[in-house]
Amino acid sequence: MEQVIANGLYLGAQYALIALGLTLIFALMNVLNFAHGQMYVLGGFITYTIYGQLGLPFVVALLASGVTLAVIGALMEKFLFRTVIRRSHREESTMLLAAATAFFFDAVILLLFGEKQRGVPKIVKGVFNDAGIIMPYDRLVVGALAIIFIAAFVLYMQYSRVGRAMRALAQDRVAAQLMGVRVDRYSMIGFAMGAMLAGVVGGLLVTITGVNSGIGGPISIKAFLMVMIGGAGVVGGAIAGGFILGMMESVGLTVLREYGDVTYLVIFAALMVFLSVRPNGLMGKPWG
Amino acid sequence: MTLNRNTRIAAVVAFLAIVFVAVPAAISSSGRFDLYYTLTSVALLSIASAGVWLTFYIGRINIGQGAYALMGGYVSAILVMNHGWSFWLTLPVAGLFCAAASVLIGLPILRLRGVYFAMVTLVLTEVARLLALALPITNGAKGIVSIPLPGALSVFGVTLIPDFATLQNSRLAFYLLAVTVMVVCFAVMYRLVNSRIGKLCQSLQQNEELASSIGVNIAYLRVIAYAVSSFFGGVSGAIFAAISQSIYPSSFTVTDSVNFMLNCFLGGLGYVFGPMLGTLVLYFGWDLLFQTGQFQLLIYSGLMIVLMLVLPNGLLSLAEMTRKKG
Repeated sequence: MEQVIANGLYLGAQYALIALGLTLIFALMNVLNFAHGQMYVLGGFITYTIYGQLGLPFVVALLASGVTLAVIGALMEKFLFRTVIRRSHREESTMLLAAATAFFFDAVILLLFGEKQRGVPKIVKGVFNDAGIIMPYDRLVVGALAIIFIAAFVLYMQYSRVGRAMRALAQDRVAAQLMGVRVDRYSMIGFAMGAMLAGVVGGLLVTITGVNSGIGGPISIKAFLMVMIGGAGVVGGAIAGGFILGMMESVGLTVLREYGDVTYLVIFAALMVFLSVRPNGLMGKPWG
Repeated sequence: MTLNRNTRIAAVVAFLAIVFVAVPAAISSSGRFDLYYTLTSVALLSIASAGVWLTFYIGRINIGQGAYALMGGYVSAILVMNHGWSFWLTLPVAGLFCAAASVLIGLPILRLRGVYFAMVTLVLTEVARLLALALPITNGAKGIVSIPLPGALSVFGVTLIPDFATLQNSRLAFYLLAVTVMVVCFAVMYRLVNSRIGKLCQSLQQNEELASSIGVNIAYLRVIAYAVSSFFGGVSGAIFAAISQSIYPSSFTVTDSVNFMLNCFLGGLGYVFGPMLGTLVLYFGWDLLFQTGQFQLLIYSGLMIVLMLVLPNGLLSLAEMTRKKG
């Protein structure tokens, strides 16, 4: 049982980090970023190239993943989403754009990196084995890093000038603008940060699960799940959703093992029931 | 649309003449019989997309049509294979089954709005796939294969539709079947949208609370719209299963659900015939780009992004723009 909880916490930490980026972009721009999983995959491949192929230190690779994705995110916001939001009659049109960029990233990733499963050498060797818990050290490191990143993100949003501006923006766009917040600039920074988070998680997880070009879509779906559990556009909700999904997956895989591959079916069904009781997730704000 | 009655009738007649006479004639004279399959797919996909459009019409983004298409396909396939039903009987049954299921699913989830509804329906597609994998009756990942072609349909001894297996050109038969169903579906949609219910649905799209406050039964209306939408999805899935003579859990996936939504967006959400046009353009665009090999997806998605930047309100909004200027 300790093992199950430890696995759940480890999964939850990385899931929460994925969900944070998605929820940030949603909170600022009301855009459901379909390409989030693809950004994750791209981050993974960049780390794979720099750390696995070129042999540079892991930290450099992780930084490169984050920075590249941040730049991509900023450009996407400036040249794609901003334009479409301005010209379109309906807010939902951004969903088509997001889906198209997801396909686009899929194609680019496939062309640049091929369809093979890629992995990198372990960052830390050895296995932690004590008190009934068996956990490789690299997982512990990644889990700890994920938690540090989450904490840093929350602190940044809470206490920095940029973070405050973004929170104001998420609360009420027009009011923030009237108070002199430069809405365009902070939307761009927010999008860049969301994309950066996706890239960083991709870079972290390539050391453990590896990466291949096909996992972008499923990762996006998982991220949607977490955001729905916690409530879209709320930082705390994304973190809670991530840990809840990680825990459910870990427990489900153990408890439901004899019934075959039904863990996700059960999770989906539970989610449907949960959402019919609480349509906005644990702490989401109502829509519309 | 402010076309007068005569032009509208003329347009409908012209459209019917094109799909039922001109297209088969052109195909048989050019010998490109593979186009039948393409056009049949377009017709079927546009039926499913029409359903998605209808949910857009009540202000919901539906990315779950793949679930109902899959459900319809399985219902038809199981009834034909295990219970020996005629395909023609299973077609409405599949649609009704999906509609009934959508009422059950819709009652709770239609309370959700915006992105929440979109995400839940996306998850629904995934649920349908996992269910098809897990249930014993659907035969798991192996799917249901070698479904017989639709048999003859006769009423009081008069053969209305001949047995597809005896036909020389079953492609043409499937084309006519798909197009007929498509025309009926869009006629129903047009009628629905231009009726009292349609106007009420439009009020839902704009402001549900306000509509509710002046006595519109919003819960009832949105369930009805969702049921009709799912009916379309089920019918389209059932015909698909009959054409490919097989159905697998992966026959309709999240990608298909997203594509149905994209078809609607591309055609334009404000126009009943938007989904048909969107499907045609997207499907043919994808097919044409096949020659570019590995760059197919890159060019396709790149074009889609450009299109979105230039025409964020859909292809049919072009007509509106020229009218405004002229």
